[in-house]
Amino acid sequence: MTTLRPFPLAAREELQNAQLRANLRHATDTIRAKRARVVGEAPDWEELRAAAAAIKDDVLAQLDRYLEQFADAVEASGGHVHWAEDAAAANAVVVDVARSHGVTSVVKMKSLTTDEIRLNEALEAAGVEALETDFAELILQLDGDWPSHILVPAIHRNRREIRDLFARTISPGLASDDPAALAEASRRYLRERFLAARVGVSGANFAVAESGTICVVESEGNGRMCTTLPEVLVSVVGIEKLVPTLADLEVFLQLLPRSSTGERMNPYTSLWTGVRAGDGPQELHVVLLDNGRTRVLGDATGREALRCIRCSACLNVCPVYTRTGGHAYGSVYPGPIGAILTPQLVGIENAPTLPFASSLCGACADVCPVRIDIPGILVHLRAQAVAATRRPGERAVFVLVAAAFGSARRFSFAQRLGRVAQRPFARSGRIRSLPGPLAAWTRTRDLAPLAPRSFRDWWRAR
Amino acid sequence: MSEGDYRSQSVRVALFVTCFGDTIAPRAGRATVAVLERLGHEVVFPEAQTCCGQLHWNSGYEREARRLARRFERVFGGFDAVVSPSSSCVGTLREAFGVHNVYELSELLVGRLGVEDVGASFPHRVAYHSTCHSLRMTRVGDAPFRLLGAVRGLELVHLPRADECCGFGGTFAVKNADVSTAMADDKCDVIEASGAEVCTALDSSCLLQIGGRLARRGSAVPTMHLAEILACEASA
Ligand code: SF4
Repeated sequence: MTTLRPFPLAAREELQNAQLRANLRHATDTIRAKRARVVGEAPDWEELRAAAAAIKDDVLAQLDRYLEQFADAVEASGGHVHWAEDAAAANAVVVDVARSHGVTSVVKMKSLTTDEIRLNEALEAAGVEALETDFAELILQLDGDWPSHILVPAIHRNRREIRDLFARTISPGLASDDPAALAEASRRYLRERFLAARVGVSGANFAVAESGTICVVESEGNGRMCTTLPEVLVSVVGIEKLVPTLADLEVFLQLLPRSSTGERMNPYTSLWTGVRAGDGPQELHVVLLDNGRTRVLGDATGREALRCIRCSACLNVCPVYTRTGGHAYGSVYPGPIGAILTPQLVGIENAPTLPFASSLCGACADVCPVRIDIPGILVHLRAQAVAATRRPGERAVFVLVAAAFGSARRFSFAQRLGRVAQRPFARSGRIRSLPGPLAAWTRTRDLAPLAPRSFRDWWRAR
Repeated sequence: MSEGDYRSQSVRVALFVTCFGDTIAPRAGRATVAVLERLGHEVVFPEAQTCCGQLHWNSGYEREARRLARRFERVFGGFDAVVSPSSSCVGTLREAFGVHNVYELSELLVGRLGVEDVGASFPHRVAYHSTCHSLRMTRVGDAPFRLLGAVRGLELVHLPRADECCGFGGTFAVKNADVSTAMADDKCDVIEASGAEVCTALDSSCLLQIGGRLARRGSAVPTMHLAEILACEASA
């Protein structure tokens, strides 16, 4: 595992891009307003959230049992189950399936899990082209770019940029940047590919343990083409995607669309169970992916992150994400969920700056449909990051400050010391420049100096 | 009468001024004392107090943080009610450390003492910044608006995106200074556009961020803690 780029550096670069910030602001404002409207009209919203959290916690507490139940059900209905410990194992399954059918291309529906394991690269290395069929994913693939938002992968692109890209690639001569014209151009291109495809690849939003059913929700219907037209379907399923029963979907299918797109119901909900003669794919492979998830499960506090249903509501309200965009987070999981999930999946030592990429404002926890205590987990992971990284200078400061706070006498002394030390820097009641780590503050902001008289001195004298 | 409801009694409250309030923003603490005493309550200041542990807690220094939180309990455990002019310290004490006898000032005034009109006068246009921890941790609701609404002469101006963070976040402001500044700029934009003469909030730390950025931008809008506004009386 390679270490991710420090978030502050990556963020600084993204902040330079004014177009990105404007696009993000516009898109997330729109989604936020829509979400607030449809959540407001659901009278039992809080009960739904509590139920979803309880269902997911039950699954996580007995994951081994539910996984076996699910695998048995998939096999009983004619599917093949593959257990993949990591990305390489999962990718190998998909490559093998493609090879055994002698295909040189597969069609893919939008799936974060396959982005996480970099399936497209693995397929390409094996001489198999993976065609993304989601409108936004297609845009990114055509341009060699990668997603910056869970649900709206091309949120950092605007219409004109997309028109120019299509004109360069799939639709020479395209002049209009009207959404309908852009959609039509992609539709024409994709239709032919769907009809020719023999192997399809999907992810999963939910996997039902009792029946072996896989459920996918989407807006465009292109995913449904991937799961119904080809003869062979491979579904890559993170092991945390399980729910015990079909009835449990009732809870999640209310929470997910309202939280993600701000719709009461998403346009396409597909469920499939095994194979059925003469109807849809005749060969089904289900890849159950761990790739770090059991490690997350081992952390009693951090495991709550595995409740996540990837709705992206936390991204849209996050004041950090809406400034930097998704790329700064260095993984397919951006925003608040990325800040708590990525360090756990890849190891805190490989992403030690991510838990600090938050002002702990709490907006994410308020909207999360499965009630993940994101700020609480961020703080928990910060302690792990401090333990895992050697920053002797910082540690010395915090230990020293804690010692000063250990007695009122030492604290008073430190206050007096501070007042003396700041003298060279304070001018007419403001500090405009400081050395050391605090220079990061004074580069853009004035600092109010320590008051000439502390509160406790005032109190004593009154 | 429910527990912790002190309506129409004179009460004895311990002030937790916070390490930050003691050192950098003592005016908020002094104003807190002034308001409570004007209402006939007794304020005591346990001099052994220092810090609640929030700084260390949020920075990943859990052991030091817990030690400071335990220290806080030793100093304040004997009081029925502790008041603090900082919703982020109160929120952390409650949520992270399970301390429950501590109230943020507006909570104490409106929720516990049942007062909205504290007899203040402040004839200015004021922008109220809802700090994240007052919104989502202590959940003070409309208490600050009720207090501000009863101040003579005060005109409250509306801030768009009122629930959005100012970018302070403790060490976040330094560790992620660029993002923090971008957030502060958006906040300063709405404050300046609002025509406010003063920006107020329940947390001096957020006001350090907003005030520091406003000053650097050359803006004339000063910041004042809500307690300072409540402490202002009409000059005779
Ligand atoms: S953490 Fe919660 S809000 Fe964020 S994507 Fe996951 S389910 Fe949605």
